[in-house]
Amino acid sequence: MTELLLSPLRRLGHTTINAIWRLGFITRFLLAILRYSGQSLLRFNLTIREIYFAGVMSVIIVVVSGLFVGMVLGLQGYNTLSRFGSADALGALVALSLLRELGPVLAALLFSSRAGSAMTAEIGLMKATEQLDAMSVMAVNPIARVVAPRFWAGVISMPILAAMFNVMGIFGGYLIGVVMIGLDSGTFWSQMQNNVDLHYDVVNGLIKSLCFGIAVTLIAVFEGYDATPTAAGVSAATTRTVVTSALVILAVDFVLTAFMF
Amino acid sequence: MKRSTIDLWVGLFVALGIAAVVFMSLKVANLTPQSADQTYTLYADFDNIGGLKVKAPVKEAGVVVGRVGAIQLDTKTYRARVTLNLDKQYTFSRDASAEILTAGLLGEQYIGLLQGGDPDVLKAGEHITLTSSALVLEQLIGKFMTSFSGGNSAKSNASAAQ
Repeated sequence: MTELLLSPLRRLGHTTINAIWRLGFITRFLLAILRYSGQSLLRFNLTIREIYFAGVMSVIIVVVSGLFVGMVLGLQGYNTLSRFGSADALGALVALSLLRELGPVLAALLFSSRAGSAMTAEIGLMKATEQLDAMSVMAVNPIARVVAPRFWAGVISMPILAAMFNVMGIFGGYLIGVVMIGLDSGTFWSQMQNNVDLHYDVVNGLIKSLCFGIAVTLIAVFEGYDATPTAAGVSAATTRTVVTSALVILAVDFVLTAFMF
Repeated sequence: MKRSTIDLWVGLFVALGIAAVVFMSLKVANLTPQSADQTYTLYADFDNIGGLKVKAPVKEAGVVVGRVGAIQLDTKTYRARVTLNLDKQYTFSRDASAEILTAGLLGEQYIGLLQGGDPDVLKAGEHITLTSSALVLEQLIGKFMTSFSGGNSAKSNASAAQ
């Protein structure tokens, strides 16, 4: 009887302690990455290779999603704004929603599922096949050789992808608003330019995407490095990367928005 | 894939990213006269600013000549002190007036300047003395109601006198 009552309690305690343990480990892991990134940035070719796999390969999905999100914003925005007789403000609506929120957040979500999961699987599999141990034996630091280049590649790629997402989204809004519905092109752009501020909207959006880049890539490389070295462990780690990234992106977004706007 | 090809793609990727940021800065945001060395500051005190916000446009003859920089309450006079950041190419005479206007029926409030006839111009840091406050709808309706009932009573008085 007592066992029946105590076992959920014990599981709760175990989960909590495990979460705190992982939080401590991920902090130590970040410090280790920063410490060894000097070594790996000297061999910048490694990072460029990872930018290719993480960033360049994500361009297509980011660009296409951005276009569709912008087109949806154009249609929905026009429907709602025209009800209040202010369809002229469509350009401002599309640009502000993309620059402040949708661009950084959706690009980060796409990046975490397209590139983050791949990073986790790759590093997890390296661990499962004992490649990381082999490197250590050969006096090659696996954090400097494998983890840090991936981390920096993600941090560099994320703002670029978010900027592309924004531009494609604004283009999508333009396609719907001006080309399809027939709003005046001059009004569309001038409303946008009157209401978007360079520092307040554009720079804050880029800072947001940089923070998301750090969070998503750190989670991805950490889950890979921390994965149980079995086939099931790697698959569980990959799932955890996507789920945790999505939650962390939205939580960080809330905090940043509360500070910035 | 060979390393040189990867370099090419990454270079293209970074170039596209920079192009996107430049597009956002130039085409989407307003890079117009906002840096401090292209503007000068004037102050205007208002009895009531209504719903005026920081960054609201300042217009002369409908043309945007600057933006509202800050809004503070002057603790001596208890009037609202509005800081106007104006484009350096526009100067205003000493008897220029400022009023708070509304764009459209429910639109945003902005400051309308009206150039005066004095040959002396306002220098940076000086005050626009002629100001008129924002139109507050409740006060307007209140005034209308009192004048309406006042007119009625005057009329009934007149008819009673007859």
